[in-house]
Amino acid sequence: MGATIVEKIFSRGCRREVATGEVVMAPVDAAMIHDITGPLAIQKFREMDGKRVFDPGKVIMLFDHQVPADSIPAAQNHIFMRMFAEEQGIRNLDLTEGVCHQVVEERGLAAPGEIVVGADSHTCMYGATGAFATGIGSTDMGFVLKFGALYFRVPGTIRVEVNGTFPNRVGPKDLILSIAGDIGADGATYKALEFTGETMEGMGMAGRMTCCNMAVEMGAKAGIVPPDRITWAYLRGRRRMEPFELAADPDAAYLEERSYDASDLAPQVAVPHNVDHVVDVGEVAGTRVDQVFIGSCTNGRFEDLKEVAEVLGKRKFSDGLRVIIIPASRAEYLKALRAGYIERFVEAGALVEAPCCGPCMGGAFGLLGPGEVSLSTSNRNFKGRQGSADAKVYLASPATAAATAITGEITDPREV
Amino acid sequence: MARKPRVKSGRNVEQATTGVLTGRVWQFGDDVDTDAIIPGRFLTLYDPRELAKHAFEGTRDDFAGGAEEGDIIVAGRNFGCGSSREHAPLALKGAGIRVIVAVSFARIFYRNAINSGMLPLVCAVAGDIRDGRIAELDLEGGILTVEGKRYELEPVPAFLREIVDAGGLVEYARGLSEVTTCREAMM
Repeated sequence: MGATIVEKIFSRGCRREVATGEVVMAPVDAAMIHDITGPLAIQKFREMDGKRVFDPGKVIMLFDHQVPADSIPAAQNHIFMRMFAEEQGIRNLDLTEGVCHQVVEERGLAAPGEIVVGADSHTCMYGATGAFATGIGSTDMGFVLKFGALYFRVPGTIRVEVNGTFPNRVGPKDLILSIAGDIGADGATYKALEFTGETMEGMGMAGRMTCCNMAVEMGAKAGIVPPDRITWAYLRGRRRMEPFELAADPDAAYLEERSYDASDLAPQVAVPHNVDHVVDVGEVAGTRVDQVFIGSCTNGRFEDLKEVAEVLGKRKFSDGLRVIIIPASRAEYLKALRAGYIERFVEAGALVEAPCCGPCMGGAFGLLGPGEVSLSTSNRNFKGRQGSADAKVYLASPATAAATAITGEITDPREV
Repeated sequence: MARKPRVKSGRNVEQATTGVLTGRVWQFGDDVDTDAIIPGRFLTLYDPRELAKHAFEGTRDDFAGGAEEGDIIVAGRNFGCGSSREHAPLALKGAGIRVIVAVSFARIFYRNAINSGMLPLVCAVAGDIRDGRIAELDLEGGILTVEGKRYELEPVPAFLREIVDAGGLVEYARGLSEVTTCREAMM
């Protein structure tokens, strides 16, 4: 029996054949902490009698949840982490670069075949560059900081095959929402999702990141796109690594195989308060919104902002609506700025903020009051996620968000 | 000079693996996410007791004031889904919860709970147990008794038992200067 891509990655890490279900203490190639989960991870590292981190070059530190510091406790956490970075010789990327997952990808810090952990559930995004990447808690991270390794149960894989060409104004976010609706919020718990098929092969890195980012919304331990020409082209100049072959064997044993057709997909919306409660946009069209948030690790990239700019055209955003746009990183911000999108967004009435998690964090800014409704390009619509527990959050694509921001009510992007 | 963040020492991570526990059942149903357990705006807190004051704020407001030492959280599928925030198990721990019985757990929460010295136990029919009832939990026998009905609990998987028996991951890791990775184990 052949091996899945996940089994191959663990076999690579362990330098022996490893199969699904095995529990291994695997060395990690990189470990990421941010300003919310990092302080506790450092504290746990110390409680474990950690003195020096396993390899300062492999520890990535980024501030993105509460930046610039929105409170004195947040500022104290930043100071504490900066001191740790200095003491340990960790190159701290600090608060200037953007949302942690975007920056890890941009810097080429998660490459094909690597095992990467992050103290954040959306770490699974790095599967877009062919890494096995998974989110862990702060105590597990304390362990990783000390030993450079962690227990893993090698997960079985669900193969997700996507074929067909996206219709106009339908894209990767609609696809992954539709898949989440089908698999369910716990349908992939303890498992990995491998995204394949001609649609994935033709998809750019931004879309692959959107898909892998949301693997955790189905409970998955990791999402991964087999590295190909597009992956290696993205990594050129970001990471010194000779391209190599990494793919599942044709006779690999999957837990399940599912196939989807992108060509008949309508824009999708996840309605409150579950990510797997997904409907065609038509079913909720006309719902009044108070805020539209375009950004996050899921959909804050240049390609997303380009889509928004295209839908917007020369129009203005709806009066009285709060439109918050946050590029995912400094690099994405600059690209959008140079393309003229930022100026267009500001002219149209948006609040464009510096790269950070923004309202998706549910604590820094952009919070919703009781009874308010938001449509967001981020990844979670749980009760209270973006502020009041009496508020509602709808999740959709950048195109749907743009159309909604123009009209002030949930709108099919094909109709504006 | 910067102050340390408000992280409570992880000493005394008591692991309730033996004996009998009696407490009120807090039934939460399916898909309880970590944003519900502890909303994002409280994530600068790290002290379990402080976090406990805001546990389930906005989603189940009687919990923070009403939960007592020994109470048991019971839930349906996918308990603890969402964010990896360890503030979630800490908030429950601060409220006096030692044991969570659910039909299934989200992966990261499950690990976090074990690491924080709590016991997440799987019970296929946990969703049937009614809120507010008194439950008796026989930890060694793996049996939960509510309203005269006995519910069988799945044991913690063997590979995590070592961590549980040590009293949590901090205790497990403290005594070690290095670990043998799968790579070295082979050489």
